[in-house]
Amino acid sequence: MIFHHLILRVVTKLLVGTIILFALYVQFHGDFSPGGGFQAGVIMAVAFILYGIVFSLESVKKVFPEWLVHKILALGVLIYACTGIATMLLGYDFLDYDAFAPLHPTHGQHWGLLAIEFGVGVTVTGVMVAIYYAFAGRPPSLPDEDW
Amino acid sequence: MIDTLTNTVLFVMLVLTALAIVRMERLFAVVMLSSVFSLLSALLFVTLDAVDVAFTEAAVGAGISTVLMLGTIALTKPTAKRSRHTAFVPLIVVCVTGAALVYGTLDMPAFGAYDAPAQMHVGPDYLARTPDDIDVPNVVTAILGSYRGYDTLGETAVVFTAGIGVLLLLSGLRRRREDEDEEV
Repeated sequence: MIFHHLILRVVTKLLVGTIILFALYVQFHGDFSPGGGFQAGVIMAVAFILYGIVFSLESVKKVFPEWLVHKILALGVLIYACTGIATMLLGYDFLDYDAFAPLHPTHGQHWGLLAIEFGVGVTVTGVMVAIYYAFAGRPPSLPDEDW
Repeated sequence: MIDTLTNTVLFVMLVLTALAIVRMERLFAVVMLSSVFSLLSALLFVTLDAVDVAFTEAAVGAGISTVLMLGTIALTKPTAKRSRHTAFVPLIVVCVTGAALVYGTLDMPAFGAYDAPAQMHVGPDYLARTPDDIDVPNVVTAILGSYRGYDTLGETAVVFTAGIGVLLLLSGLRRRREDEDEEV
């Protein structure tokens, strides 16, 4: 089984790194170009899902174990909400990012946007990979030849 | 001119894909065609200058949901069940609904009209204020993250809840079965 699909495996190994790099670009360049946390999270998840499809569920779970996926799924929402609580602790409204740089509000906005977009990206990556694991982890009722 | 041509070609391809999906019985082909359908809609969003939406449609519609549908087929059956009912009543319902929708669009402002309600309300305000308030070139990010930060927090919570729900439905069942096996 492992010797099948040589071309797919080589191309996947080349692509996965590029996809992750693109996801990081979409994530952290979201203020300047299309995209943001949601799109970046989906693209990041696609890298792992592609790896899982071409190699196997077990090998992708070695890279990105299931317990970690379940943790980061909640971590993203926490990052987002804690950004809001941090601005409150600094004496501003909930999610008013001016708090991070009172002398230069637009810088504060940039940092706040980076933080919440990161939170969104982390949650979306976690959710997408978790759903894929949940689907792929069940024993298939359809043999490979019937496709 | 070139815009009209692109839109027409994309819409014709969209309709053809939809018709092909209806005619198909092999679900593998249906899933692949719905992925094509998503890609075509993403292209349409690009021609409407909604790049952020196009991005999401291409990644989620054409990418992830295709994989999940394939996963579902692997768990179920590769062919559609033949319906015993005639398609006459559904056809009438679809035609009436479609006609109502088309009738509804007659009152809508022309495509790209500058005085459309969507362009007159808060849109110009956001566009004017973003350079001073937030100073990011992508106004979509500014609105989603800063002006509408609460909504986006809610959306993230919705994504989180959806993920938890699927996990409970799929992995919880497996654990219960294993427990039952142990009891027996």
